[in-house]
Amino acid sequence: MDKTVNNKAWFLVLPVFLIVAFSAVLPLMTVVNYSVQDTFGNNQFFWNGVGWFKELLDPSSDLGGRFLASLGRNLAFSAIILAIEVPLGIVVALSMPRDGWRVAACLVTLALPLLIPWNVVGTIWQIFGRPDIGLLGYTLNSLGFDYNYVSNEFDAWATVIVMDVWHWTSLVALLCYAGLKSIPDAYYQAAQIDGASRWAVFTAIQLPKLNRVLLIGVLLRFMDSFMIYTEPFVVTGGGPGNSTTFVSIELVKIALGQFDLGKAAALSLVYNLIVLIVCWVFYTVMTNAGADHRKTEGAA
Amino acid sequence: MARIDLVDLAQSYSGNDADPSSFALKPISMTWRQGGAYALLGPSGCGKTTLLNLISGIITPTRGQILFDGKDITPLPTQQRNIAQVFQFPVIYDTMTVGENLAFPLKNRGMPKPQIDARVKEIGELLDLTPWLNRKATRLTPDAKQKISLGRGLVRSDVAAVLFDEPLTVIDPALKWELRSKLKALHHQLDLTMIYVTHDQTEALTFADTVVVMHDGRVVQSGTPQELFDKPAHTFVGYFIGSPGMNIVPAEISGRQARICGHAIGLDRSYDTLPVGVKIEVGIRPEFVQVAAPAPTLLTAQVERIDDLGRIRFARVRVGDVKFAARVPDGFSPEGGEVGLVFDPARVHVYADSRLIEGVL
Repeated sequence: MDKTVNNKAWFLVLPVFLIVAFSAVLPLMTVVNYSVQDTFGNNQFFWNGVGWFKELLDPSSDLGGRFLASLGRNLAFSAIILAIEVPLGIVVALSMPRDGWRVAACLVTLALPLLIPWNVVGTIWQIFGRPDIGLLGYTLNSLGFDYNYVSNEFDAWATVIVMDVWHWTSLVALLCYAGLKSIPDAYYQAAQIDGASRWAVFTAIQLPKLNRVLLIGVLLRFMDSFMIYTEPFVVTGGGPGNSTTFVSIELVKIALGQFDLGKAAALSLVYNLIVLIVCWVFYTVMTNAGADHRKTEGAA
Repeated sequence: MARIDLVDLAQSYSGNDADPSSFALKPISMTWRQGGAYALLGPSGCGKTTLLNLISGIITPTRGQILFDGKDITPLPTQQRNIAQVFQFPVIYDTMTVGENLAFPLKNRGMPKPQIDARVKEIGELLDLTPWLNRKATRLTPDAKQKISLGRGLVRSDVAAVLFDEPLTVIDPALKWELRSKLKALHHQLDLTMIYVTHDQTEALTFADTVVVMHDGRVVQSGTPQELFDKPAHTFVGYFIGSPGMNIVPAEISGRQARICGHAIGLDRSYDTLPVGVKIEVGIRPEFVQVAAPAPTLLTAQVERIDDLGRIRFARVRVGDVKFAARVPDGFSPEGGEVGLVFDPARVHVYADSRLIEGVL
């Protein structure tokens, strides 16, 4: 096929090019720039090479220790909330009504937590959990549990996790509900004919058909929880001690608290890289699963 | 394996109090004998799938009972009825292998593993699935998928009946033939009662030894393909079975004579006691009307077109407002657009209010 050569067409791409340059590439390059320099203030910078990166990945240094500890906490946090939210979301979706006015009622109720801004969620739980005036904290303490998320590490973690589960399980549930709705009735009828138990229906039909929405759900929830900042910052401020200081909180402390621009820049680049890699892995898995799916559908 | 009796079975999707003429399935009573190959034939929306789903228990009837070997199973859920059903679109458990798919109904019923394996192997062989048994049941062609669905329907040897709900809709025509003959062969080998729902008369007539024709929620006739062809009990059967369908023409009957379009034709039987005040028609299959050169003793008709079906030619002709299809004998070519119609008196049937009236010989 003959293609018309028209270099003027590049002008059409120019606006996008400029917007992306100013919104993403240039800021990122300043970060790259900071990450290889050190400063003693007065806007005087010194070349530091990969020094910050070395320090960041060295557990014995202050920076590396803090980064790796917060990374560990963050991964643990993501793992815990995924382990709770995914199965819980599936259970919620399975127990939702399939038709009638109750569907609308359930959907609206489920969507409510998703509509609340992050810092408001944090504030709600910050107050809810207070032992003096919060409903949750006060009730627990009057029942004899020594609950205080400000001073007890376990309580702080429990609060942050329960808060995240409260905030985001709905997302998984709604995704799964949509996935369940798309299973044709014939599958359930065939399973009835085949004498399948409820559990067999779940493992042989529902779970395999939910495969793709679950992958999306896990990706979204992993990314969100891995980048979580506002809610734990509002509730615990990263404490007690550093026990709920996740990577983003650590990053803000270094960048804005200590104004160590070089360290913060190196940290955010590594942080960004981890997010990108995880996204890429998920994307690859998903498109492969999708390709499988399309091949079968194509044959059908 | 069982005899299935339907007793006053009816289904309404808008409740028991709804107007009976709106019922998806009007009350019927009938018996399906053990080991029979039945076809439920009718146009879309005539209630065939409803009837099938009632038997399998996917829906509960509004009225009436279903008996398996005399035992009332109406209130039992599908799982507890001994029934297998194959649906229009293949249902595959795609996390399992083909063999596991076939074993699924047996496994769910707690059959011991050696027996399951033996049975799966047997059915796999019957359906030519043996090389696939250990493969994942994904990325298969539609006919392979539907074979697996069929296999799951056939794998249980103890079922009261296997129900097929238009199972070959998604299959290519060439493979359709093959699968249909396979089903027919399987019916002989496995000695199962099979009920096959379809709207395709060829499918019904080739598969079944008894064809049940449904129309508007009612069973209008059940019989062998030959009976349906020779002696349709209802004008709908005459029209629906056969290609082209039966000629149905308003007529006046007196004794052994029918007047159609102002022309008298002789009948083989005598109809002296016809109901009065109802619509009287005669029906005759196009195969038994011949066109001939116009003659004073014949009904004269205008030829509209000739359909050449290869082995046989049919003329579409018109007498006034009434249209006929009639056979064109070999070597005859109508000239001038006018022909005479020769009726075979033995093949002319009389219908009062669309129902067949038996004449007296």
